[in-house]
Amino acid sequence: MSEKKYLIQDIQLTEASDVLSRVRDLKAEGYRLVQMCAAAIAKDKTYQLTYSFDKDHVLLNLRIIITDGVAVESITGEYWPAFIYENEMHDLFGIEFKHNALDYGGHFFKVSEPTPWKNK
Amino acid sequence: MGKRTIIPFGPQHPVLPEPVHLDLVLEDEKVIEAIPSIGFIHRGLEKLVEKREYPEMVYVIERICGICSFGHGWGYCHAVEGVMKVEVPVRAEYLRTIWHELSRIHSHLLWLGLLADGFGFESLFNHCWRVRERVLDLFEETTGGRVIFSVCKVGGVRKDMSKEQLEKMSQVLADLAKELKSLTDVFLEDVSVKNRLCGVGVLSKEDAEELCAVGPMARASGVVQDIRLTGNGVYEDLGFEPVIETDGDCYARCKVRIREVFQSIELIRKAIKIIPEGDISVPVKGKITGEFITRMEQPRGEAVYYAKGFDGDDASMHLERMRVRTPTNMNIPAMVKTLQGCDLADVPMLVLTIDPCISCTER
Amino acid sequence: MSYVAKSPWVIHYDGSSCNGCDIEVLACLTPMYDVERFGIINTGNPKHADVFLVTGSVNEQNKNVVKQIYEQMPEPKVVVAIGICANSGGVFKECYNILGGVDTVIPVDVYVPGCAARPEAIIDGVVAGLGKLAEKRKALEGDVIVEPERASAGEQQAQDTDEREEGAK
Repeated sequence: MSEKKYLIQDIQLTEASDVLSRVRDLKAEGYRLVQMCAAAIAKDKTYQLTYSFDKDHVLLNLRIIITDGVAVESITGEYWPAFIYENEMHDLFGIEFKHNALDYGGHFFKVSEPTPWKNK
Repeated sequence: MGKRTIIPFGPQHPVLPEPVHLDLVLEDEKVIEAIPSIGFIHRGLEKLVEKREYPEMVYVIERICGICSFGHGWGYCHAVEGVMKVEVPVRAEYLRTIWHELSRIHSHLLWLGLLADGFGFESLFNHCWRVRERVLDLFEETTGGRVIFSVCKVGGVRKDMSKEQLEKMSQVLADLAKELKSLTDVFLEDVSVKNRLCGVGVLSKEDAEELCAVGPMARASGVVQDIRLTGNGVYEDLGFEPVIETDGDCYARCKVRIREVFQSIELIRKAIKIIPEGDISVPVKGKITGEFITRMEQPRGEAVYYAKGFDGDDASMHLERMRVRTPTNMNIPAMVKTLQGCDLADVPMLVLTIDPCISCTER
Repeated sequence: MSYVAKSPWVIHYDGSSCNGCDIEVLACLTPMYDVERFGIINTGNPKHADVFLVTGSVNEQNKNVVKQIYEQMPEPKVVVAIGICANSGGVFKECYNILGGVDTVIPVDVYVPGCAARPEAIIDGVVAGLGKLAEKRKALEGDVIVEPERASAGEQQAQDTDEREEGAK
């Protein structure tokens, strides 16, 4: 058989405004939320958000690129466990999420300097 | 409706070796709501990629967690090897699989001990940990370390195992399996243990899927999900099949882990029989650019590793972003869900059966 | 309270360690290393504890927890910092959320190195801590109760204290 499913790197670039509808479609297709993460790109002062989903052990990633001050629509309405990642990104990167179902208001991670990952 | 009480649970609590805090909202003896608060162990180690070059970063990543240390090291190397498009020698993959499965045995035995301690069966706890020491001895013999052994490196492994070592390991594990049987029978057959586990904290298959549970937590609820099926390591050669239970209660989660211990012993013994000769590492040199996202099946479930180098001309020996998403992260929502409606006395059981690893979660 | 002198109870708190040292602390309590043969018992209650074992370094969120546990322990007490993270911050020293070793928050009596600290080293550290505990107990008893046969030692100690206070002025 020798099928290396982990080698499939499917990353789809999406507009920030379309995320919620894309996620809704994926949920309807039976995808499972695997993770969400942000990366601060220092060069052009943007943030690259990656949403990973799994179906039958194959990963599908949505990628959005945003700048400082842009609020992203929360996906906690579709995948409730996303609250962990959204709070984490809020506390560490300073990314705002609208309509988060469980918003810790910046008290999820207590860090000595606020938003340590934010682009300077 | 009774009067509501809020009971704080943790961060320093006898059943928890690690700090996590829960606010339990109670109505009489029933838990209505549980609000987790984490962040006690947040170190911010992912940001160290700015200070450490990618081959050095293995040492930091391994110290995300002392229990699944080897798996984290492997996951990180796997991600970096993906970025660099390195093909790891087959023997190295076998050795990694053997160490990883040994880690699983040690982790599950540790967990079984903590579970026994959680329901007050002190002697069972001690027996589990006594048996676990044998696995640690195997680690020490083959790598030099007991819990953190830095044997994985980008491009392969640092140490080889001799034929004698492998044969001895196989023998020790065969003896271990016999000895374990008498212990696991207590977990699975003893009336008082069953009273504490059966029917407690049921997570249905629908809920497990809805809440994106991973690892033994999901498999105990009948979800077929095991990252060892995605083709990493040599699990395919070993004919790996995931362990599935369907009841979704604490007993099922305990049973999944017990069956996985025996399964891991079988996998290692099989691997030892068919391990090929050859190199154990390939040199990996040069600047890193590009990205790769990969997953590992840790003892606690699926862990995600994402590595990203700087683009284009900015490429250097440093990664721009390293991200680890650990299994407990995904199981906390499921835990919060199962806590709703349980008895206060069962809270420690429920918290333990997700096998929380807080230092993983917060990194 | 000298009749409890031979049975020190320990309390363990995980600062922000990787678990490696924590499981080694637990391993000390189990049959292979078995510190219970020395009368050492792991307790969950700081008010019952004599020895405070801290693993991992201190960060913004847990520094108050560490302080509180320390304050709740009755005198005399000793603090044993286990593993390199608790000593100095170790591999995580440069992380943004790490304040440093445990001694940035509470006084530490014994430092046990290692990553992860081996059970033998931990036992050795606790035994070294017991020596300190005995000293502290003696000092404490000298301050409070001056037993007849120890009167001279007590007086000597009181004098020492007076001199020290004068020196400080």
